[in-house]
Amino acid sequence: MQAKGFGGASSFRALPFLFGVAALLGLLPLLHSHGLQPNPMLASEPPHLYPPGVHGGKPGVVTSPPPENVQDTPPQYKQPSNQSKPTRKAFPVLGIDYTHVRTPFEISLWILLACLMKLGFHVIPSVSNIVPESCLLIVFTENLGTILIFAVVGTLWNAFFLGGLMYGVCQIKGTGLNEIGLLDNLLFGSIISAVDPVAVLAVFEEIHINELLHILVFGESLLNDAVTVVLYHLFEEFATFPRVTFTDILLGFLSFFVVSLGGVFVGVVYGVIAAFTSRFTSHIRVIEPLFVFLYSYMAYLSAELFHLSGIMALIASGVVMRPYVEANISHKSHTTIKYFLKMWSSISETLIFIFLGVSTVAGDHRWNWTFVISTLLFCLIARVLGVLGLTWFINKFRIVKLTPKDQFIIAYGGLRGAIAFSLGYLLDKSHSMREMFLTAIITVIFFTVFVQGMTIRPLVDLLAVKKKQETKRSINEEIHTQFLDHLLTGIEDICGHYGHHHWKDKLNRFNKKYVKKCLIAGERSKEPQLIAFYHKMEMKQAIELVESGGMGKIPSAVSTVSMQNINPKTLPVDRILPALSKDKEEEIRKILRNNLQKTRQRLRSYNRHTLVADPYEEAWNQMLLRRQKVRQLEQKMNNFLTVPAHRLDSPTISRARIGSDPLAYEPKSDSGNLPIITIDPASPQSPESVDLVNEELKEMKRFPPSPEEEEEEEGLVMRASKEPSSPGTDDVFTPGAGDSPSNQRMLRCLSDPGPRPDPEEGEPFIPKGN
Amino acid sequence: MGSFHSRSEEVQELADKTGFTSDQIEHLHRRFKQLSGDQPTICRENFDNIPDLELNPIRSKIIRAFFDKRNLRQAPGGLADEINFEDFLTIMSYFRPIEMDMDEEQLDRFRKEKLKFLFHMYDSDHDGKITLQEYRKVVEELLSGNPHLEKESARSIADGAMMEAASICVGQMEPDQVYEGITFEDFLKIWQGIDIETKMHVRFLNMETIPHCH
Repeated sequence: MQAKGFGGASSFRALPFLFGVAALLGLLPLLHSHGLQPNPMLASEPPHLYPPGVHGGKPGVVTSPPPENVQDTPPQYKQPSNQSKPTRKAFPVLGIDYTHVRTPFEISLWILLACLMKLGFHVIPSVSNIVPESCLLIVFTENLGTILIFAVVGTLWNAFFLGGLMYGVCQIKGTGLNEIGLLDNLLFGSIISAVDPVAVLAVFEEIHINELLHILVFGESLLNDAVTVVLYHLFEEFATFPRVTFTDILLGFLSFFVVSLGGVFVGVVYGVIAAFTSRFTSHIRVIEPLFVFLYSYMAYLSAELFHLSGIMALIASGVVMRPYVEANISHKSHTTIKYFLKMWSSISETLIFIFLGVSTVAGDHRWNWTFVISTLLFCLIARVLGVLGLTWFINKFRIVKLTPKDQFIIAYGGLRGAIAFSLGYLLDKSHSMREMFLTAIITVIFFTVFVQGMTIRPLVDLLAVKKKQETKRSINEEIHTQFLDHLLTGIEDICGHYGHHHWKDKLNRFNKKYVKKCLIAGERSKEPQLIAFYHKMEMKQAIELVESGGMGKIPSAVSTVSMQNINPKTLPVDRILPALSKDKEEEIRKILRNNLQKTRQRLRSYNRHTLVADPYEEAWNQMLLRRQKVRQLEQKMNNFLTVPAHRLDSPTISRARIGSDPLAYEPKSDSGNLPIITIDPASPQSPESVDLVNEELKEMKRFPPSPEEEEEEEGLVMRASKEPSSPGTDDVFTPGAGDSPSNQRMLRCLSDPGPRPDPEEGEPFIPKGN
Repeated sequence: MGSFHSRSEEVQELADKTGFTSDQIEHLHRRFKQLSGDQPTICRENFDNIPDLELNPIRSKIIRAFFDKRNLRQAPGGLADEINFEDFLTIMSYFRPIEMDMDEEQLDRFRKEKLKFLFHMYDSDHDGKITLQEYRKVVEELLSGNPHLEKESARSIADGAMMEAASICVGQMEPDQVYEGITFEDFLKIWQGIDIETKMHVRFLNMETIPHCH
């Protein structure tokens, strides 16, 4: 799966960092010199090619000299003036002005370099489907108690244990650390004790560990932000107090709740506003991603404004807005948001580590062996003891206990990262120990990220820790899970036990009744989860089939099981009724042929008038082409059933539609102008038509005497043998299995806005869904 | 349970049979009395007194499961009219959480029992397999909370699920082969990926608060 080259992919993530640092070492003199001579050098090179006043964002640079310079003064131009007259400046056709673009250029270059490194060492993982993300959230909520205990109590324990022990170390004579007081040490402890989400994410994503452990460590790293913020500010403030009273401690305790709950509250508010906004964006799809990004960022900033926990606000807003926004936005916006976020997170991660590298190389350091070594040691010890102790406590309440292996991974996965560094960096410059703290922090970060990060993968393999299961969720599983959910809720009600399921059920009901109505546009709020899941699955499989280059190649996932195998009543006709008389048969054939011809004619006329006459309807062409492809793949999918489209299609269906943006593909009721394309059997010249007519005939035979059996006929009737019938037809009107009700329904589901308004072919058998 | 003169012995006996602790049995007994109105047995109508249960889409199946003789281990089929406390406990024992001290064999047996309970809920005609009709009914009930849904949706989903089950259990099928229904072995296969023993449990630990049922 991964390029198992040189001892673990997690090491590779550290390599760009390494290269970045090494390269920056080379760049350092350049940066330095650049910093020393800002203004005079730049002012002497007027940017000739660009209008004055516009440049590449170098602050402090004087706005370029007035334009008359360009004409009047003889130039000190960099570019070679290869025009003939040396006394008069010729119009500069080509020139170089590096300083103009220097800053953005260099930044982009370094990001590019780091990304290329990443590319070189990584195999791009397969695109995860929608389900695992929601699975992760479910796992998160189930383990919330555990995560909170680790985050809060664990971080507190780490901070105090480390701070206390460091104070002890500082008291030892001869280390040169005696001047560091208790509060300073506690402050240091609070900075270094927090597990860092970026580092954890970077490492854990590579090792593909099972979801439980992943979410435990990652959740802990996210939620400990509140604790870190409170402790940091607390100790910083306390350092200025002459005496710390009990009230102060109490207030500190209180502030923890304020910070965390306040952060969550801010996040929830922004999440709700974002969800509400997304309800109305159906006409201007392009700004949907912007809303999501901006609201999330605003949530973070607003929380930071009040010294609340920004990370918790961000998480809360994301969690709250997700179900509603996902239901409201278009497919393209959804994709955009997903990929933009991935891109930005990748860039940010790179930049953070570059910044760390630069600070390592270029910053002031004060190295004290005792301090650094003891910090490192105590960090590890504190983490291990903390995890062991807390797990012992937590396992009393857990059904699925945490094994020693799990505990080891949790302890080993407690990586420190840039948050610790930033907090240290933000310390007041006058703080005497700042440099020493920073040195120690950087050392710990290096150690945890490099040593622990690189070795965790082989250790995971060595200990045979359970890995992530790559299974796709099937419709059976979905049904069973929901069934089980309801069953457990019922049993809890019978027992009189207000457990986990009971409250979850109540929340769901509340959500369905009130919240969804407010925050989700239109009819989509009523779609039950099972149907949505089924749609998603169908669409995904359909898209997969098309993308796999559909024609003639059936992916192995699609088996040859069809309706006949499970519902024997739809088996061949011969046993059902006596044959019709010859002339009746002839009559039926004639009717059918006429009907089929009529359809073809109608569609052809549509062709002439819209497709050919209007060359600007390129979008329509696209859509038709895609429909054709879809129709072709329908032939392959003989065992796919479809759910008849609800009047206003669910967002999953409309997302799968092509014209989801400008060609707002809204299902309109009964407009005769709508280009409703139905499966049209082949032209009479093709030999298949006869077969088709026979097919129709068989179906016709089946229907008359058994209206009560109509119920059973609703499955797909296409047979496996019919599959290769349309290999490469370019014709939009591909031969199908006839205009049977099942095809109608499939059409409806896959793209069409509704059944044809024209009540012609085989009407009595089609239950009108419109 | 009429007179409680040898109560602790009875409790102990029940504890051994069903695996509950005596505290839990006491508690469940109180609940039983509430439901039955101090009668020795419960019949179906007693379940109507639980208000929260009304909103449950698979309510009828749950209640039926309590009276299913297969779950009560009395007969291979049929329904009882009323159940006593011991039967009540028997049903509840299907929802016990797993214990750390169980070995592989016990765990496997535990798991099979839970899955059998579920299987009986799906298989309403007691013929040992879940046919397409029964499956359709299940999905319809699951989706019954949404009045806007057409019946065909439920049917199609059930059909799709059945076909998937067929392909999991039998693999490739010829057009003339017929898949009768999901047997218990097939059911086990479908549930292989999901660890039901951790999911299908109710925490009987802290049940001090008993809501009053009207």
